[in-house]
Parts: sequence; structure tokens; C-alpha cells
Amino acid sequence: MKKIFSSCGDFMVFLGAVAGAFPEIFRRRTRRWREFFYYAEVCGYQSLPIVLMLCFLMGVVLGIQGAIQMRKVGTEIFMVDLIGFSVLKELGPLMVAIIATGRAGSAFAAEIGTMKVNEELNALRTMGVDPAGFLVLPKLCAMLIALPLLSVCGDAAGICGGMCVGVTVLKIPVAAYWLRTMDVLGIAALLSGLIKSAVYAILITLAGCYCGFSSSGDAQGVGRGATRAVVMSIFMVVISDAVLTLLFSFIGW
Amino acid sequence: MDVPQKSIVPAVEVRDLAIGYDERVVLENLNFAISPGEIVCIMGPSGCGKSTLLKHIIGLYQPLKGDILIRGESMVNTTAERKKTLMRSLGVTYQGGALFGWMSVAENVEFPLREYSDLTAAERREKVLEKLSMVGLEKFGTFMPAELSGGMCKRAGLARALVLEPDLLFFDEPSAGLDPLSSAELDKLILDLRKRTGATVVVVTHELDSVFTIGDRALMLDKEQKTLVADGKPAELLRQYAGSRVGDFLSRNGTAHR
Repeated sequence: MKKIFSSCGDFMVFLGAVAGAFPEIFRRRTRRWREFFYYAEVCGYQSLPIVLMLCFLMGVVLGIQGAIQMRKVGTEIFMVDLIGFSVLKELGPLMVAIIATGRAGSAFAAEIGTMKVNEELNALRTMGVDPAGFLVLPKLCAMLIALPLLSVCGDAAGICGGMCVGVTVLKIPVAAYWLRTMDVLGIAALLSGLIKSAVYAILITLAGCYCGFSSSGDAQGVGRGATRAVVMSIFMVVISDAVLTLLFSFIGW
Repeated sequence: MDVPQKSIVPAVEVRDLAIGYDERVVLENLNFAISPGEIVCIMGPSGCGKSTLLKHIIGLYQPLKGDILIRGESMVNTTAERKKTLMRSLGVTYQGGALFGWMSVAENVEFPLREYSDLTAAERREKVLEKLSMVGLEKFGTFMPAELSGGMCKRAGLARALVLEPDLLFFDEPSAGLDPLSSAELDKLILDLRKRTGATVVVVTHELDSVFTIGDRALMLDKEQKTLVADGKPAELLRQYAGSRVGDFLSRNGTAHR
């Protein structure tokens, strides 16, 4: 129990350090464009193929399951609604978050943990550079841009996957499927997904970086830190998903 | 009439220092001062707290008790901002070089300049080349740290530590993991640096050959007594402590200068 409280305290201290370093974004000298573009490429661009593929397949699976159930009650056309809403509001952002956790969250923890082992964090401190600002903020900014964009791409791929099933299995014409999708999905559905993606981006980055900073300074510690980052990220993503879904339901999104 | 005497402020002064982790005391009752321009070697057996002491002196850790003064200014009882400025004025090289893996050697060396100087890109390049030449790595600026040997990484780390031209240099185990030839080259480099810049150098090491080669003074730490047990010129310490544990430590390891 004492350990949990101690970890929570450490996490709060870490959050304070990141918040304290936040003004660095607005200072020309401490704006880390190079690191920002590097992480945007790694977390965003390089994740795109796998996001597209997995979200497309998820759309297909959801389409098949939906088609089977809808056909039983003769409401095949509502499969379009099912696919559109579940992909945009829930599964698209969640799928992207899970991929980001595996690709970026664990990588952040391993990178910072390795820097700790190699005394690079100490080197930064003795050079008067705040590690929280130098290492966390570029990752955070890159993830905040990359994840919502990936989420939009994932949504499109998921809807395409569902459409393939609708067109081939349920014989819904492409135009009819498309019109129905546009008809039922409003801006609120897209926005709720984007907001969720942004929140997931913050949580995954903070969890990954925190696990890196708090890892013990040896090779095993780096491995444990990376594993902990994945577990912590997924835990936080699912919790925040539940909270956000509840909040959005209150405002009618 | 009394003639006012010019007092020399020590480059580093440690007063009644106790250091450790949480409540565990590693070293205590430490009192010593290092004069400007001196090369001081902090030595002792593995695990006696040499590197921990260094990390306290350079401000990475907060001591349990006592004070550390850098050029007469407290590193312990000061504001966070002032401490950061003090830390920035020190040149520190770490055991493995602590180079940033995603930057080339030249970019690593340039990093402190980008952070703290208003030099133009061309001026920065010139300065980086000058520092790389000082450590014999002028042809390796475009290399990535992973492409360098251990000794070269340490020298690149030294070039980075020198780029803001500090008057106080700290080396954490510079000879660790190096063959005797590379170790001797690094010793020569440290001596050259002092000659050229007049900097104060603090070296943490258990390589006694290095202590005898470069050290003006040696501080010996003891693991069991948890404190400083000897302070003086290396050759004198060897004579003075003959037959004791300090003398035994010195005579078993330092061979070339006895």
C-alpha cells in the first residue's frame, strides 16, 4: 500500500515537472523542432500502415458480426450505423491508442530508461537542461498531433472495411452505404473520437516517459519500465475511455 | 599598518558533508578544499562512494548534511535557478561519455552552445571543431556515438564538457573500461588541458597509475570508516601511510611511480 502511495506521489512530482517545463514550448531556444518531427514521424507516419490495416480488418470483423445479427431481424441497413458509430466514437481511437502504446509508449520508456543507465539524464541536468522539458514535451506535442490524425485515418479504414462487408455480403450498393454513413454520422461523432485520441496521446506519453524516468538504472530495469509503460498506458486509456464516454453521453454526443 | 592579504577562494570546498541515499549514510564528516588550478584525484576501493561524492559535488544529489561550495558559493543552500546556473558552469564527463545517441558527435559537442550561447551556426561549427581537435576527434564529427570506441566516446564527452570553457572539470572514472594505452592517453589529455586552460580538475578513479601521473593531490576514501582517511600528494601518501591500509592500497595498484 505504501508503495502505491509512493508511486502516486512520484507520478504527481513528474506531472509537476512536465507542467513546470511547459513554457519551454513558447521559447525559441527551447523549441525542439528536430525532436518533434522525429517523434511525429516515428509515432505517426511510421504507424500509418499498421493502423490502416488493423482498422480495416476491425471494420470487416465488425461488419460480419453486425451483418449476421442484423439479418436475423431484417434491419441490415442499420449495420452502416453500427459500423460508423462504433468505429468513429470508440474502436478507431482505441485501436490507434493500443498501437501507439505498443509502438511509442514502450519505446519512450525504454529510451528514457536507457538514457538513465548511460547517465545521459545526469549529463542533461549538469548542462542545466531540464530532462522533463527536453525529453517529454517534444514527444507529447508529436503524439498530440499524430494520434488524432492517425485516428481519422483509422476511422476511414474501418468504415471502408465495414463497407466491403456491406457491399459484398449484404448487397448494399456503395452509394447507398456512403449516403447512409454521411447521413447518420455527425460532427459530434468525429469530434468525440478526436478528443479521445488527444487524451489518449497525453496519457500514453506521460505513462511511457514516467516509467522511463522511474526505471531502475540497469538493463533489467529498462525492460521492466517498458513493460510497465504498456500496462499503465492501457489501464489509463481504458479508464479515460469510460469516463469520456460517460461525459459525452451527458452532453448528447 | 596591516597589509590586506588577497584570499584565494577555493574552487571547491566541502564542509562537514554527509552523503547517502535516503537514510543510509555512505560517507560522513568530509572536509576538504580544492584550490584553483589543482588536479585532485578522489580514490578509494570500489563501492566506497567516490562517484556518489562527485555527484553530490556537481549538484545532482542533495547531501544529508553539510555544505558544498563552488567558487565560494553554496551549491546546497541556494535557489533552484542559481543551482542550475552553477551546475551549468561545470564541465562534467561521465564514465561512458553520456553522449546522446540520436545526435552525431559534432551535434553532441554543439549542444551546450545551442542551449546557452548566441553564436552563429558558423561560429558554433568552428568552436566544435576546435574542441574536437583538442581531444583528437576532429575527423569523427559526423560519426554517431554508436560508431565510436569506449575511449573515443569519453573523449567526445570531454569535448562537450569543454565547449562552454568551464574552469572546473570533473571526471568520473575516466579510465574505466579502457586499455592501459588509451588510459595513459586520456591522462596526458587531462594534463594538457590543465596546462592550456588552467582549469581545476577533479578526477574520481581507482586507477592508481592515473593518480600518480596526473594528481597534484589525492583524497582517499574508506568504505569501512565511511570518511576521508588520507589527503596529500600521492607519492607522499605512499610514504606516510606505508604499512597501513591506505599504503597497502596505493602500493598494490600504483606501480609506475613508486
